[in-house]
Amino acid sequence: MSEIKTGAEIMWECLVREGVKVVFGYPGGAIMPAYDAMLDFDIHHVLVRHEQGATHMADGYARATGKVGVAIATSGPGATNLVTGLATAMMDSVPIVCITGQVPITAIGGDAFQETDVTGVTMPITKHNYLVTSADEVARVVREAFHIARSGRPGPVLIDICKNAQIDKTEFIYPEKINLPGYRPPRRAPKKDLEQAAKLIAQSERPVILAGQGVLQSGAMRELREFAEKTQTPVAMTLLGLGGLPASHPLSLGMMGMHGEAYCNNAIQGSDLLLAFGMRFDDRVTGNLRTYAPRARKIHVEIDPSEVHKNVHVDAPLLGDLRTVLGDLTPIVDPMDHEEWLDKIAEWRNDTEKRDIMAWPDDGLLYASHVVRDLWESTSGNAIVTTDVGQHQMWTAQYYHMEQPFRWITSGGAGTMGFGLPSAIGAWFAHPDKQIWAIVGDGGFQMTQAELATAVQEGANVNIAILNNGYLGMVRQWQEFFFEKRYSGVKMLSPDFVKLADAYGIPARRITKREEVADAVAYANSISGPVLLEFVVEMEEAVFPMVPAGADLDDMLRRPVRRQSGD
Amino acid sequence: MRQTLIAIVENKPGVLNRVASLFRRRNFNIDSLNVGRTEDPNVSRMTIVVDSNQADARKVEANLYKLVNVIDVQDVTGQEAILRELALIKVSASPEKRGEVLSLVNIFRAEVVDVKADAMIVQLTADESRVDSLIELLRPVGILEIVRTGHVAMMRGTDPGKRYARWADEDEEEYFVNGRHYAGD
Ligand SMILES: Cc1ncc(C[n+]2csc(CCOP(=O)(O)OP(=O)(O)O)c2C)c(N)n1
Ligand SMILES: [Mg+2]
Repeated sequence: MSEIKTGAEIMWECLVREGVKVVFGYPGGAIMPAYDAMLDFDIHHVLVRHEQGATHMADGYARATGKVGVAIATSGPGATNLVTGLATAMMDSVPIVCITGQVPITAIGGDAFQETDVTGVTMPITKHNYLVTSADEVARVVREAFHIARSGRPGPVLIDICKNAQIDKTEFIYPEKINLPGYRPPRRAPKKDLEQAAKLIAQSERPVILAGQGVLQSGAMRELREFAEKTQTPVAMTLLGLGGLPASHPLSLGMMGMHGEAYCNNAIQGSDLLLAFGMRFDDRVTGNLRTYAPRARKIHVEIDPSEVHKNVHVDAPLLGDLRTVLGDLTPIVDPMDHEEWLDKIAEWRNDTEKRDIMAWPDDGLLYASHVVRDLWESTSGNAIVTTDVGQHQMWTAQYYHMEQPFRWITSGGAGTMGFGLPSAIGAWFAHPDKQIWAIVGDGGFQMTQAELATAVQEGANVNIAILNNGYLGMVRQWQEFFFEKRYSGVKMLSPDFVKLADAYGIPARRITKREEVADAVAYANSISGPVLLEFVVEMEEAVFPMVPAGADLDDMLRRPVRRQSGD
Repeated sequence: MRQTLIAIVENKPGVLNRVASLFRRRNFNIDSLNVGRTEDPNVSRMTIVVDSNQADARKVEANLYKLVNVIDVQDVTGQEAILRELALIKVSASPEKRGEVLSLVNIFRAEVVDVKADAMIVQLTADESRVDSLIELLRPVGILEIVRTGHVAMMRGTDPGKRYARWADEDEEEYFVNGRHYAGD
């Protein structure tokens, strides 16, 4: 027996069938029929304070679970407020579905109130998008949108639904089958290609694995580990690949690239074979392409054909799902030991350890890097951590060592400030039982601090650590290094964050000394619901090492060795 | 160098926009782009001529293939393909010049499709270089307007054009090349 339903009812019915339990959104005229119908479904709606926050929450939810996050907004300004979040999800291949209301089909093209060509605006920043003009299309489109968002190389999908398509009634037929003739993402690499890659691996004496977010997205953590251990190949990770292999694993080289440790970048530059697993040779990880890993041949396991040969020419592309490809590749490679190579890397690592921030003498000052390191220790490295973008983000990547996947949530490709707080709220909806920390900058936090109210309204148990250095720190650092310390537009006045928190009814503390850090962390963890900690840190600390933009990857500004005075 | 690609796309609103947007975003230079209906009402066919070298054709293919509505992409550059475009060339043809125009039309197996007192329209269907030649020869007569469709392309016989990105089908023996089933090598 077929049922007659409104487009809006069909939309929610399909969302429920996709397993959606929570949506992040903000209502308005063109989406009102959908909001009305929502009340009859088992869906929790989180009212955000700005639609950008909704996209970042959906994004944080998706990154913490691998499931599709959902954001919803009205037409016009509601929809355009999604743009930053869509671009963020697009750059980092995060599966989210955004639903926007649109003026009725009869008004489209007439510059009606709150009409914006949203599919046009978002075309380059979505994996795919839809304009739904009739109720008949709703079921098929929602089904396709979720499939596209989470399969292949994941990404954001936007559905713009005309108001009439929400209101009109139609026969509801759930499309069991998806018919997308042009959409067949790669899964398996051909045998011949695998054999060619195995040959390169057998010939290599100084291999390095470059593990990207693809490891997490295809769920290839175990396969990565097995391959690395069998071939004794060290593993460098991209910013978004952190957690793919436990940081404490003996073969882990930590993060590569602009703020990667020197031993990691040296290993890449010195290698004779790079095995890129689900990463895309972003300029932040390669530095100068002409001098990048000059003696290395390259194997690239990638699900998106357009990433192969894009930035770096590779010798052996393996198109497919990483987990499947590694499952096929590991059995056909021989065990290896690479002792000499690993010894060489250990030598570089020793040199780095001398420069580690933990070797700094205690000078009574509060350094942001120490705060992150201590936070890691006090939370036993177990928290889900989100960040904004800037120095604090890089310190967190360096010092909050990730032992597990899906606990590290940061905007990499887009570098979106303001991502930290909303993505933490999203992650909390995914894992309300886990410890969640948003480590944010004084600048980035103020971009989306309105979501404090959302956190309170939802009782989200997120701990917010503001590393307040009084500056747009990363930009200040670039000005210090590359613009003769001419500070331009970077000094930032902030409100009294503790009072601000108080206005929202959020418990807060200000920390100015290192010995208070552990206690503050314990305090935050003892309270359920949002807590805010403001760490007043040294204003002009710099993130080291640093590969200046466009420089050779091993041309690093190293972390200075600090000694006790009189030493 | 120029590359000619065929893209088979779903016949849906906005697909041309997606392709054009992609080319702009990736900085691919479109020389000409032709869209039309095909033997299948559900699909349209694009012939895209881009200004690029070989490596870029691969890139264009892989990027086009990312578009959900693109079903197949083939590179027909340097392949056994028929390339044709249609040109309408309006020349100012006073009665004394008509003879000259007509003899060129004959040599090129073109056609005169319209004559007015002061102008005539020549139509030619040929590959691009022949169209270029006719235009060059007509120039001294006095060209008023030209419109060219850009190439449409079709492979000879039953072989497809070149496809680059390849991955295996589930059963390992067969390939997908750029999403299309392709048995063995
Ligand atoms: C939305 C946005 N605007 C501008 C930038 C450029 N930017 C990158 S890092 C940074 C400074 C961030 O300052 P803050 O949030 O205080 O973090 P800090 O670097 O001081 O830790 C800026 C402005 C950006 N990444 N995102
Ligand atoms: Mg700052």
